[in-house]
Amino acid sequence: MNRREFAKMMGASAVALSGIPLGITRAVGQTKGGTLNTIIQPEPPILVTALNQQQPTLTLGGKIYESLLRYTTDLKPMPGLAQSWEVGSDGLTYTFKLFPNITFHDGKPLTSEDVVFSMTKMLVETHARARAIYSRIEKAETPDPLTVIFKLKAPFAPFLTALDCTTGPIVPKHIYDGSDYRKNPANAQAIGSGPFKLKEWVKGSHVHFVRHEGYYRKDEPYLDEVIYRVIPDAASRSVALEQGKIQLTQWNDIEFYDVARLSKLPNYEMTTKGYEYFAPHQWLELNNRVKPMDDKRFRQAIAYALDLKSMASRVYFGLPKQATGPVSSKTKFYEKDVKRYDYSIEKAKALLDEMGLKPGPDGKRVTLKYLIPPYGEVYQRAGEFIRQSLGRAGIDIQLENTDVGGWADKFSNWDYEMTGNLVYQFGDPALGVSRTYISSNIKKGILFSNTAGYSNPEVDRLFEEAASTIDEAKRQDLYSKVQKILVEDVPVVWMFEAAYPTFIDKRLKNVTATGVGIHESFSSVYFG
Amino acid sequence: MTSASLNKGGRGSAIVLALAGWFVKFVLVVLVIATFNFILVHAAPGDPAQVIAGQSGASDEKLLEQLRAEYGLDKPYPVQLANYLGRVLTLDLGYSYRQQRTVSSLILERLPATLLLTATAFILALIAGIFLGTLAGVRAGKWSDTLLTIVSLLLYATPVFWLGLMLVLLFAVQLDWLPAFGYATIGVKQTALERMVDIGMHMVLPVISLAAVYLAIYTRLMRSSVLDVTHQDFIKTAKAKGLKQRAIIIHHMLRNAVLPIVTVAGMQAGALVGGAVVIETVFAWPGLGRLIYDALLQRDYPVLLGVFLVMSVIVIALNLLTDAIYRVIDPRVSVRAAS
Repeated sequence: MNRREFAKMMGASAVALSGIPLGITRAVGQTKGGTLNTIIQPEPPILVTALNQQQPTLTLGGKIYESLLRYTTDLKPMPGLAQSWEVGSDGLTYTFKLFPNITFHDGKPLTSEDVVFSMTKMLVETHARARAIYSRIEKAETPDPLTVIFKLKAPFAPFLTALDCTTGPIVPKHIYDGSDYRKNPANAQAIGSGPFKLKEWVKGSHVHFVRHEGYYRKDEPYLDEVIYRVIPDAASRSVALEQGKIQLTQWNDIEFYDVARLSKLPNYEMTTKGYEYFAPHQWLELNNRVKPMDDKRFRQAIAYALDLKSMASRVYFGLPKQATGPVSSKTKFYEKDVKRYDYSIEKAKALLDEMGLKPGPDGKRVTLKYLIPPYGEVYQRAGEFIRQSLGRAGIDIQLENTDVGGWADKFSNWDYEMTGNLVYQFGDPALGVSRTYISSNIKKGILFSNTAGYSNPEVDRLFEEAASTIDEAKRQDLYSKVQKILVEDVPVVWMFEAAYPTFIDKRLKNVTATGVGIHESFSSVYFG
Repeated sequence: MTSASLNKGGRGSAIVLALAGWFVKFVLVVLVIATFNFILVHAAPGDPAQVIAGQSGASDEKLLEQLRAEYGLDKPYPVQLANYLGRVLTLDLGYSYRQQRTVSSLILERLPATLLLTATAFILALIAGIFLGTLAGVRAGKWSDTLLTIVSLLLYATPVFWLGLMLVLLFAVQLDWLPAFGYATIGVKQTALERMVDIGMHMVLPVISLAAVYLAIYTRLMRSSVLDVTHQDFIKTAKAKGLKQRAIIIHHMLRNAVLPIVTVAGMQAGALVGGAVVIETVFAWPGLGRLIYDALLQRDYPVLLGVFLVMSVIVIALNLLTDAIYRVIDPRVSVRAAS
């Protein structure tokens, strides 16, 4: 007996339930049409990515707001709103040609004016990450409605890598210009130019997108509807997947311990692709101001004492790849030829002995506190693993619990000894890596700055030079140098290139076609 | 008003005075509660600006400054508190900058879903608990009593999220009789009747999970209460004058035995408004409980304070209602109170 038969038995009208789809409402064999059901958790506060860049906001907002460029999985630029682009020989002038006939959801055309307004006026005001990049634009020109010319103040190599939909969402000028951006009543409707527009948002339940009929790409979007359901409980999310109620999961929707079991489901494909642009890098953050973590040898000892191989398989069920240094292998300018810290308790102990940190009668050499990041159960387990692993070398770890507000407050104000950190790299070391290590970014109260307090003038110089050098070979040379220095110094202990289990219904195509993955607009996603 | 006119006014003005006094007390209590709420909420480390930064993957001074100014957090605490109390007095619950909505609209949006769930579970548990408890009490010592006692103890000891998950596994995953989560099917056109049936089907599992614990409490309470009453003189009298067992139970026992239940239920009813965070989470039910929980994690102070205030007002009101019900069921209460 299934749900419909049960309902019939219970006396509910058969007609009442015959209209309820159990899966996808679409004829088999078509490319166009269909409803994609998926998950969003936690529920975002608003959908305007220009105003809020929390993870779930970006996932949903990517369907509504597009940017000039998209990126391949190896981070080469592809046409977005811009169909072509040119970089001047001075490395300062960037010219973009927009696709014709782009319209916003309210029917008004999207022109070069909207692009210039978004990037040089609104985003630099409201979007911390965009501010750091687009404030380098000295002059913006709009010779015609489809052409935008940006002139930078100084060469900034990663400019073309910083035009994705999470960094540079284009908003309608006619709605936002001259208004108080954050209080604009239009924020609730979230008017963008993306392939999907907001139909309904029942808070606490679901967000319902339908296709934007005026979308500029021929035949796209293929899907009729995308429904994001808010399912706060991890077990319920797994059930939804098992029952086929959803066709896609992303980020942390599925807990690591469920991955092996759910991977056996015949109708889903499990992949960890689609996060290349973000390349979240996971490390053990050490407050370099706290003794004995100010000593390079102690930090190296921790790197040796952490059994990352076991941790990857026990805590993360084999999903993530071990990180070798500050730059992810998915990010540009990765250098793999660096010093290695293969698991060795002996080497760790030798370094600690050399420092004069002898074990006490209880076997403990030193006691440090680890502030568990409050982003889910898996961090708790990771914390317990770190405690056991380091305990073997005589480094005693006390675990501390907190919530998101408490963690952000303590961590950013340097009121911690050790904690876990996860930082996006955004494709280029100048965008997502250097910020953690350069001394000009040691800023109390600011998250994702140089919170560890590491400072090395040579590292500062190399990062600065690499960011303003246009020649790719020269940049590679500079970044290789800086990676070797950092790996020797171990300002933080890099653990993993974080991986997320994305379950995709086997009929669903093109979900992870770009490096922005599930944040992408989904205009080319279809059921095949 | 002179003392003469006061006397002249007689009973009417006495009631008006009593009501006025009651109202003043009510307002004072609410203000004290509001102040405590404010202090408690702001005592937690971190603020909304840091939470947003922490989940955005980037932050700078300007962002924190902007957000803090928007939330009114750039002003000193006493000023914030005074502003807040001023709004409370004008019945303004404030504005959630995070959600870009007024707090009252957020609460009103979530309240129906919560009440539907919690009130159904509560009433169900109350009726079933009184019935089963009476059954057990009357048959004390027999096998049916033992069975009921064991079951209610088990239900009482079962964690509610576990029960919910097990029900989902059985009825949604294995048997596929009922939907596993949500409050309604999304994205289909339904007539009013279809929608009611649909919501009803979605309610079954969360209501049962939530009712289980209350049911266990009421069953056990009712059982012991019935046992107490059984040995009272008036029951003996009823038996002696030859009344049937059924009549004794309904007319003599129940009315007396149910008083402790009213007390406990009255206290628990206040919690109904707060929703059931755990059940709402397990079943993805869009209720008030989750709104509170999310607001707490996100440090959405206006929402937290607003919900706390509404809840405390409702608890006060429910206490008054419980008193009133007491008087209806047991006329002795008012006599005792007067003496």
